[in-house]
Amino acid sequence: MDLNTKFTPKSWPDHAEQATLEGKNKFVGIWIFICSDIVLFASVFATYLSLKDSGPAGMDIKASELFGLELAFVMTMLLLTSSLTSVYAMYHMKNYNFKGVQLWMGITVLLGLGFLGLEIYEFYEYTVHEGFGFTHSAFSSAFYVLVGTHGLHVIIGLVWITGLIIRNAKRGLNLYNAPKYFASSIYWHFIDVIWVFIFTVVYLMGVLG
Amino acid sequence: MSSVAIGKEKGFGATFWDYLTTVDHKKLGNMYFFAGLLFFAIAGLEALMIRIQLMVPNNDFVSAGFYNELLTMHGTTMLFLAAMPLLFGFMNAIVPLQIGARDVAFPFLNSLGFWLFFLGAIFLHLSFFMGGAPDAGWTSYASLSLYSPGHGIDFYVLGLQISGAGTLISGINFIVTIVTMRAPGMTFMRMPLFTWTTLITSALIVFAFPALTVALFFMLADRMFGSNFFDHTMGGNTVIWEHLFWIFGHPEVYILILPAFGLFSEIIPVFARKRLFGYSSMVFATILIGFLGFMVWAHHMFTTGLGPTANAIFAVSTMAIAVPTGMKVFNWILTIWGGSIKVTVPMIYALGFIPSFVAGGVTGVMQAVAPLDYQLHDSYFIVAHFHYVIVGGIILAIFGAAHFYWPIMFNRALNEKLGFVVFWLFFIGFHMTFFIQHFLGLMGMPRRVFTYQADQGWDLFNFISSIGALLMGVGVILLVVNMFLSIKSKPLNTRDYWNDGRTLEWAIKTPVPFYNFKQTPLVRGYDPYWIEKSEGNKEGMTFAEPIGEIHMPNGSILPLVMSIGLFIASFGALYHPDGVSWSIPVIILGLGITVASMIVRSFKDDLGFHVSKEEVIATEESLYGKGGNK
Repeated sequence: MDLNTKFTPKSWPDHAEQATLEGKNKFVGIWIFICSDIVLFASVFATYLSLKDSGPAGMDIKASELFGLELAFVMTMLLLTSSLTSVYAMYHMKNYNFKGVQLWMGITVLLGLGFLGLEIYEFYEYTVHEGFGFTHSAFSSAFYVLVGTHGLHVIIGLVWITGLIIRNAKRGLNLYNAPKYFASSIYWHFIDVIWVFIFTVVYLMGVLG
Repeated sequence: MSSVAIGKEKGFGATFWDYLTTVDHKKLGNMYFFAGLLFFAIAGLEALMIRIQLMVPNNDFVSAGFYNELLTMHGTTMLFLAAMPLLFGFMNAIVPLQIGARDVAFPFLNSLGFWLFFLGAIFLHLSFFMGGAPDAGWTSYASLSLYSPGHGIDFYVLGLQISGAGTLISGINFIVTIVTMRAPGMTFMRMPLFTWTTLITSALIVFAFPALTVALFFMLADRMFGSNFFDHTMGGNTVIWEHLFWIFGHPEVYILILPAFGLFSEIIPVFARKRLFGYSSMVFATILIGFLGFMVWAHHMFTTGLGPTANAIFAVSTMAIAVPTGMKVFNWILTIWGGSIKVTVPMIYALGFIPSFVAGGVTGVMQAVAPLDYQLHDSYFIVAHFHYVIVGGIILAIFGAAHFYWPIMFNRALNEKLGFVVFWLFFIGFHMTFFIQHFLGLMGMPRRVFTYQADQGWDLFNFISSIGALLMGVGVILLVVNMFLSIKSKPLNTRDYWNDGRTLEWAIKTPVPFYNFKQTPLVRGYDPYWIEKSEGNKEGMTFAEPIGEIHMPNGSILPLVMSIGLFIASFGALYHPDGVSWSIPVIILGLGITVASMIVRSFKDDLGFHVSKEEVIATEESLYGKGGNK
């Protein structure tokens, strides 16, 4: 593959992310990886549901009293919006507008950082002020591993997208990095979908008791 | 890399470095094969020690504790570190050739998968020298393993976590390879059966291994970082481990057996000299087995107490699996029926496989009957059943395929006469060892006991079983001797060693050049090489393109470095519960090495290299003489 091929918005292929065999491989590969990640999260979700509210005899922390919807709502909005901004980035990629790609991917990262900050704040509150640490009970272990696994995925996604932005800052779009941007955005949507399930299963169902 | 290095003798150092950095699917296939063989030998020795201990009643050849370690490591090693890499070896070596590809979709990840598996396996085996191996059985039920003293279980958890990651990566890689990189004309319904079973097996890996990852992570967190998933005093539940383990564990059985089915589906038509009977039903059966494989995990847990409804559902779904499996058995038989049969070593393994595997399958259906399972559970009947399936299915497939594909993998042939000797020793030894264990089980001998009292009617049967195990051991040693002898033998430099090859891998002349096909083949139907041969095509294939530049991936040392990073981090995690001061820094150091090499990988463009038309022609001539691959 020649990195020096110059494209114009006219000569840029319709599906740049799948224009080369390497790109097609990355495209199929990230979807297959997401399949396996779905099973990973399904296992953790199932464990969480079976261990919810269970702890040592006399445990007084219940999900319905612990969880609130305000913070979770803000986090949800931040992450859903970041998914939208990554769509904008892909829209600009289709039109061979590299500045647009970098800008909207950058905004995606900022929103993701906001989400991550709130999650860390939430964990800190639970651990320090509510006495609900990782080793507190089976419920706490399952909660932190479920939400924490998602948080780890967010961190990986942020490092990935930031890396792409920095690495390609000086050279613009080509058929080598277009599939990488595209795969990272699919991954980011996936993280978003998982969060919708966490919001439902942990927070909404938690508040209902 | 782009210069033509083939044909020149390289020094030991250069060759060694080449193998550490290679991303070539053929070399990685060989590495998988020999690594698998190494662990097969280790696990085989453990099996022999188990059988020597049980040879006579009240034996004290090994202690009770060491016996537990032996049976745990035998099962774990055989399944994760012997059978899987041996099959991965064949997948790597053969599948890209069967579909007419230059390499796999992600050559870098292919290498990473191998090194993760290998270092995870080494880590697990270090346990023998570092305070005791895992001792809670290969299933490592949380109720046993959570409070198991020492570091054995920690080695199990971390070692399998690393090698499991490698397996998952390889699974993704094969799916993408088969989906995107088939040669022109190779539609899904023209793919050879081994490629089909590799595809379905990889899908099973993708959907099954994450459950194991999660279970292992829970165990790791419980034992090392104080969480409470399995501790009932803190609200945990050990049955979660059983569910997660078997949601992974049952598909794992099919992950192993499906490629074995695929290998036999390649061997049988070649030596029956007849097209595989019922190709589309074979494909359908493979998919159905893969699907049903996820619906049956609780049949390992009939006695856990899930209740009659759950047991009934899982009993029925388990019996349903016998249907597609039966389809396959009948298709193999009908392929042989009326064929012009040549009984070679691979073929005799196939002929031995059919009745042996059916015997294992039938006892499986017996255990699917939940009330009967209450009788058979944890007895030697179970041991006999799964050894019939695994040895009678998977191991016979691996041995048969080793003879079958040796010419492609190593450009040498294994000795046929010695091959027959090995087969009969192994086959008789196998039935002697395990057939009698059905009766031991029915007579009440429990599995996983290190010794037994005399005069319960078990003495003679156990003795016979142990003699059979020794015969199998002799057979395996002779097989390895045969492999070493083949190194000394003359290179074949031919194509279609068995004369009746049907699929693309036989159309290519050995030794296979590093870019596989000098021109991408055009597939004109099912069994493409057979079609070309029957039309008198001397080149063995129709080409889809003229000779031109070939794009190949670069080698890299990074996969090894990444794996070493995780290997180092595992030692930190292992000693964390002991409260040593260096545990966290070591974890950070190890993960740091891995992350740093990932960053290097991301920031350094890897565009591969091009082999020019002239270099391709020169390579062909240096390999096959004037005129190249004609």
